[in-house]
Amino acid sequence: MPPREGTYGLLAEFDTPGDLVRAARQAHHDGWRRLDCYTPYPVEEAAEAIGFHRNKVPLCTLIGGLMGCAAMFSLETWISVLAYPLNFAGRPTYSWPAFVVPAYEWTILWAGLSAAFCMLALNGLPALYHPLFNAPNFRDGATTDKFFLCLEARDPKFDLAASRAYLESFAPVSVVEVEY
Amino acid sequence: MATSEQKIKDPGIDPATGEFRVVGLNQTFRSITEKISSIVLTPRTPLGWFAYFVVAGAGATMLLVAVTWLFLVGVGIWAITQPVAWGFAIINFVWWIGIGHAGTLISAILLLFKQQWRNSISRFAEAMTIFAVMCAGLFPLIHVGRPWLGYWLLPLPFTMTVWPQFRSPLLWDVFAVSTYATISVVFWYVGMIPDFGTFRDRAQSKAAQYFYGMLSMGWRGSIRHWMRYESASLLLAGLATPLVLSVHTVISFDFAVAVLPGWHTTIFPPYFVAGAIYSGFAMVLTLAIPLRKYYHLEQLVTERHIDNMGKLMLVTGFIVGYGYGMEAFMAWYSADHWEAFTFWNRAFGPMGWSYWLLCTFNLFIPLTTLWSRKLRTNIPFMFVLSIIVNTGMWFERFVIVVTSLTRDFLPSAWGTYRATKWDYMTFFGTIGFFLFMFLLFVRFLPMIPMNEIRLLLPQAKIKPKAAAQAGD
Repeated sequence: MPPREGTYGLLAEFDTPGDLVRAARQAHHDGWRRLDCYTPYPVEEAAEAIGFHRNKVPLCTLIGGLMGCAAMFSLETWISVLAYPLNFAGRPTYSWPAFVVPAYEWTILWAGLSAAFCMLALNGLPALYHPLFNAPNFRDGATTDKFFLCLEARDPKFDLAASRAYLESFAPVSVVEVEY
Repeated sequence: MATSEQKIKDPGIDPATGEFRVVGLNQTFRSITEKISSIVLTPRTPLGWFAYFVVAGAGATMLLVAVTWLFLVGVGIWAITQPVAWGFAIINFVWWIGIGHAGTLISAILLLFKQQWRNSISRFAEAMTIFAVMCAGLFPLIHVGRPWLGYWLLPLPFTMTVWPQFRSPLLWDVFAVSTYATISVVFWYVGMIPDFGTFRDRAQSKAAQYFYGMLSMGWRGSIRHWMRYESASLLLAGLATPLVLSVHTVISFDFAVAVLPGWHTTIFPPYFVAGAIYSGFAMVLTLAIPLRKYYHLEQLVTERHIDNMGKLMLVTGFIVGYGYGMEAFMAWYSADHWEAFTFWNRAFGPMGWSYWLLCTFNLFIPLTTLWSRKLRTNIPFMFVLSIIVNTGMWFERFVIVVTSLTRDFLPSAWGTYRATKWDYMTFFGTIGFFLFMFLLFVRFLPMIPMNEIRLLLPQAKIKPKAAAQAGD
């Protein structure tokens, strides 16, 4: 991928989660769609404000869990009935109640791994580089105690001067331009 | 009683609820972040840490020696023989894995129940789980005699086409414990990703920036990321909850499915799970009390945590007490000659001392004192009690494994059991290894989840008034 150039977006810094949520809600209301909030802990209200209500992690987990269950149960059945049938006091080779326990464990194993890896994959992580880290105030704040709203240049409404004035209207601590 | 008067005016008590505060007064997002990250990001490691590290490292080395000699000579260096073929190895396995369970209980079950006080102790409780499971997993592996063939336990396509026997609880154990270890590590790591981001951004040295930068995977706190992250955390908690209950249940099946009197009982699964959580909370206290003192974390791990853990120990201790009572009752009620004899042998046989020791340590001392809030928040007392309970729980497993095996159905097959120095070295060696790992964790990883503590602060509340002003 060729390196991108130009402006990634405009980053407004806020001191409190309340200010961030208010600004984000207004921006989403005014038609902004390519925008994101950056917070040091999960602020559910901010996600609601920018219209991010659902994610696909639960679905991935369900699919992973069902696959794990099916994989282990069929493996056990195949081994015990076909590949290596053992006769213990004439008990049936297809003794499914005993197969439930490992299948149950693998349901959890696959579901858990799916939840974690899907979360990372959907988030686009691991990511070795992101333009936001170029912002001078981002690293000190975003993972400690500051709340950021970023209007991205990809949004059709984006215009450097107008958008900056728009962000200034929310009375943020600062507004900085982020380069790629 | 001047102290109790003072306690009421204690700033640690929230006047609104009368409970101890979960987080001390006057903390900000930044003060918490600085407090926790300074423990790790400081270039100066405290001297005391090195002192503990040397002691724990010596213990870990002892484990290495014991296990090396075991690999060279074989399990004959242990005291296991007929009839007691399941000596220290299985006692220690059950004990360690039980200790791990409280970590999962704190991190998963209490998360589902929205017990927010758990936030500050969840991370190191979970680290405790992982290191305890590492110690636990070692024992069955070295107990099989030829550990280099341990992979035979897995359903792998061998050239000789031998496959595992899926109807045995011992094989179920392989899947239960390996799943438990994997999910615990994943849950632990996922929980630390945002905190690694904080460390990356606050680290001064280049090496630390790279190290935590890699671990954080480029976490930047995007709200979309957070929401997926929260979903994944909740799902992992929801998955770990049935998992933790199933792990000790399966372990209890190792015993309960056998026909041996003293093992063959249906009370084992709940009794084992409760015992696991009981000893696990004791271990959390054993670790948390020195840690909060040494690193001055009293504002984050408050009396509230100690108090609540004491309450949980009281509850699980009573369930364990019920288990003991039910064993005694069934020995009589089943009208089974061998059951009755096993119980008599446990209490009054040649190893009867261990039964009374476990009753004293697990029931008489904790269940009479933990009622008192004054004692529950008496830090030195709780520390001593936690060690008492852990010792008692080790003896519980000793009683279950050894006294049942020494005298089973046929008197001509009776025997005795006396552990060798190698048994002791392996056992105490795992304690050293556990502390060794834990000290490394405390030095290099965030031992208190910063992102979860931030949520507990009053500043994190979004005032409805401010939200209403937006009026969309």
